[in-house]
Amino acid sequence: MDEMDEIVQEFLVESHENLDQLDRDLVALEQQPDSRDLLASIFRTIHTIKGTSGFLAFGQLESVTHVGENLLARLRDGKMRMTPETTDVLLAMVDTVRELLAAIEADGTEGDVDVTSVVARVTAVLEGRAPAAPVEAVVDPVLDPAVDLPVTSAEVAEESREPVEPEPAVAEPVALEDVAPELPPAVPAPAPVAAAEVREPEVVETVEPVESVDAAGPQDAAEGKTKRNLAESSIRVDVDLLDSLMRLVGELVLTRNQIVRQAGEQAGGELNGAAQRLNLIATELQEGVMKTRMQPMDHLWAKLPRVVRDLGAICGKKVSLDMFGRETELDRSLLESVKDPLTHLVRNAVDHGLESPEQRRAAGKPEEGLLTLRAYHEGGQVVVEVSDDGAGIDPARVAAKAVERGLRTQGQIDAMTQGDLLQLIFLPGFSTAAAVTNVSGRGVGMDVVRTNIEAIGGTIEVESVLGRGTTCRLRIPLTLAIVPALTVECSGDRYAIPQVSLLELVALDADRAAAEVEDVNGAPVYRLRGDLLPLVNLAEVLHVESERSDGHVLIAVLQAEGRRFGLVIDRVLSTEEIVVKPLTTRLKAVGAFSGATILGDGRVALILDVQSLARNALSQEALEHGATGRESTVESTLASEQVSMLIAGIGGGRRVAIPLSSVTRLEQVPTSSVEVVGSREVVQYRGSILPLLRLDSHLGAMSERHGEDLAMVVYTAGGRSVAIVVDEIVDIVDEDTRSRSDIDDHGLLGSTLIRDRIVEVLDVRSAILAADPRFFVDADEADPYEAQLEGAL
Amino acid sequence: MSTTVTAVSADASVGHRRLVTFTLHGSTYGVSVEAVQEVLRGQMRTRIPLAPPGLAGLINLRGQVLTAIDLREQLGLPARSTDAGEPMLVVVRVAGEPVALLVDSIGAVVDVGAGQFEPPPDTLSGPSRELIRGAYKLEGELLLDLDVERAAAA
Repeated sequence: MDEMDEIVQEFLVESHENLDQLDRDLVALEQQPDSRDLLASIFRTIHTIKGTSGFLAFGQLESVTHVGENLLARLRDGKMRMTPETTDVLLAMVDTVRELLAAIEADGTEGDVDVTSVVARVTAVLEGRAPAAPVEAVVDPVLDPAVDLPVTSAEVAEESREPVEPEPAVAEPVALEDVAPELPPAVPAPAPVAAAEVREPEVVETVEPVESVDAAGPQDAAEGKTKRNLAESSIRVDVDLLDSLMRLVGELVLTRNQIVRQAGEQAGGELNGAAQRLNLIATELQEGVMKTRMQPMDHLWAKLPRVVRDLGAICGKKVSLDMFGRETELDRSLLESVKDPLTHLVRNAVDHGLESPEQRRAAGKPEEGLLTLRAYHEGGQVVVEVSDDGAGIDPARVAAKAVERGLRTQGQIDAMTQGDLLQLIFLPGFSTAAAVTNVSGRGVGMDVVRTNIEAIGGTIEVESVLGRGTTCRLRIPLTLAIVPALTVECSGDRYAIPQVSLLELVALDADRAAAEVEDVNGAPVYRLRGDLLPLVNLAEVLHVESERSDGHVLIAVLQAEGRRFGLVIDRVLSTEEIVVKPLTTRLKAVGAFSGATILGDGRVALILDVQSLARNALSQEALEHGATGRESTVESTLASEQVSMLIAGIGGGRRVAIPLSSVTRLEQVPTSSVEVVGSREVVQYRGSILPLLRLDSHLGAMSERHGEDLAMVVYTAGGRSVAIVVDEIVDIVDEDTRSRSDIDDHGLLGSTLIRDRIVEVLDVRSAILAADPRFFVDADEADPYEAQLEGAL
Repeated sequence: MSTTVTAVSADASVGHRRLVTFTLHGSTYGVSVEAVQEVLRGQMRTRIPLAPPGLAGLINLRGQVLTAIDLREQLGLPARSTDAGEPMLVVVRVAGEPVALLVDSIGAVVDVGAGQFEPPPDTLSGPSRELIRGAYKLEGELLLDLDVERAAAA
């Protein structure tokens, strides 16, 4: 039974259920022989079994159901009328189907069940030959144990024995003969076991009588227990019931939290021990109940090969689909919520991600595109990836589209990195199908996908390498009902922040807070390991008064919609598992809370909606400032085979390429922070003095940037840094060196063509020397701090 | 908790009714006894920042999170003075969902007849016009018939 194919098992369970229904239907049909509904329902059941058995190569089963189906079709279509004879024949057919199913369940084959007599009888009815009257007598007793399974063995034995004596007709004489002599020994055995075994002799006719008799003995009673019928070992449960169980377990978890907390405070031996056990049991129970709601990813994926095949055919593309992690399990309700977004992503990948066979050939790829689905557990979440090896998304086109659609200004785009640009496809209104197909090639309804995923507490991110493909990654919580969360305090109220959004916590004492929480034109930021993190004060967002007056600043670093920000809170309390209680629509409309929960002390706490906070509290500008520096180093590792160039504008329409290898990071500083030391401009940067080189004056151009901040390209080597000030960061590209010319000028290595524009290639060394003449000389020998100071002076 | 609640007839003037009474700012109000699930006292309320003022917070009723409605706010009455003590909570079921109404104090359960009912006077205006269906003339006082669904929905 273990090695039995999963499909066969499912078929058996399903068929057993269907047959039970069938018995009821057939009996009901006798009362109302003209009911089309009943006939149609019976027909469907038999038809399903016939179809599946044909597919699974159970020939006997197929032939029985086939004649049965023919008969039912005629009845359904009104070509024949139900008579007691037809009912009998149909019931006999159902019994034979049962026998066959039982045989399949026992050893995976149809055994030696004889179907010819039933087939003959059905055919006789079909052909209008009335079956012999006594048949009825034979059929009924056979039916009884089958229809009414839990009869006690005594009854079964009696009923079975009686008809044996008249034993007139042809129908299944073998089966009956076997049943009769074997049953009497079964009588003393415990009733339920015996009842279950009654069917065994009927089915496995070849079994030696000795064995069968033994089977009724006590030794086999135990076997009967372990060897449960498939239909008995799995049951169908109403999802609502599971939901309410889940809720109850949620309550239990809360109560457990309360008791564990109080027991901990009282430091009493016995109570503490009991609380610990309760803790363990509640956790196990929680896991167990959650498991009942789990379903493998395969439920979703099963229909994707078809979707991919059909779509590939429509688009004229060859696609092969690889799926890994089909068995990864996910809460049923979440699985439902993921279905549409996932299908959307897959369709997108085939429709827009993969190129046509010709394009693929031209690009030196195999004609057949590869679509890979991956699912795995990671850090209490389920990750689902949809990857294609197609053309990838061109960030420049995404950027152009965003500007064209008025979603971002060119200035904002310029300040963004490639990674950020890609995330623009998730913006509402970024695309309509037609517009995108010919522009960026992706992004159809991606905002809807993101909204759906975030609605279930998940996240989505996209990665793409131009020419090599795109990966969309969904991160989905295992369950919605219970989530780990951080509880924080603000203005005396408690709030819960789902852990999934939380990256880290930063605590600053008053001195550090005063020094390190800075201000970009009124927007507070904190330098988190050198990158500017925009800060959002929760008290301000919620229009409440912060209770923190000692100058300490606590920052919860959160991630939402692919961006980071710091939420300033009064106090961090603890992490605990919370049960999410839905809010009324009116409270949802507030936009700051995604739900409520009851904490260990019984108080209600609101769950912060991090996504809404990110959307509402932060202007997009602030978010992008925060993200600018962070991605640059990451991006430089992409496509490392070619020389990656940072393209910067320096005014007068001139563009300069700076090898990305000479770029440590990109920063923006307020213009007002530029100070002058001697004849050089410097800024304070991470506690040291950073010499500035204005590239426009270095290369004889005229800056056109009059903003309140400067775009800096920072280069660090050997403990020294210089900052090259440019007008705008345009892009990062992989340079094609063949088109480079050696027409050069002061400070340049030459020029090259990048996207049909002439771009000057910066001589980085001379530029750095112009900013810091001793940059390369002293780097190795002198004490870095000394050298830096000297260089600055 | 699972008591079934029959919908309060919109035409409250017909027939005999049994009302749970409570006071708000010196006046007596009543809601149908069928709509009332229970009466509570001294529940810790979690305030809801940014919410409309009528939403007085969330309370934990045996593991269920309930929204508390400040009836004074809804009826346009002056806010409860801080020294008046903790408000009482009347838990009513509105459209199957329990909602807690904040009231000053709880009174008796009163039987009233259609004969005692009169629609609100034309001079009644403001937010309470929407929420008060009328008054039952009791001896020495008027019992105002509160439209729970509207009061809780506002």
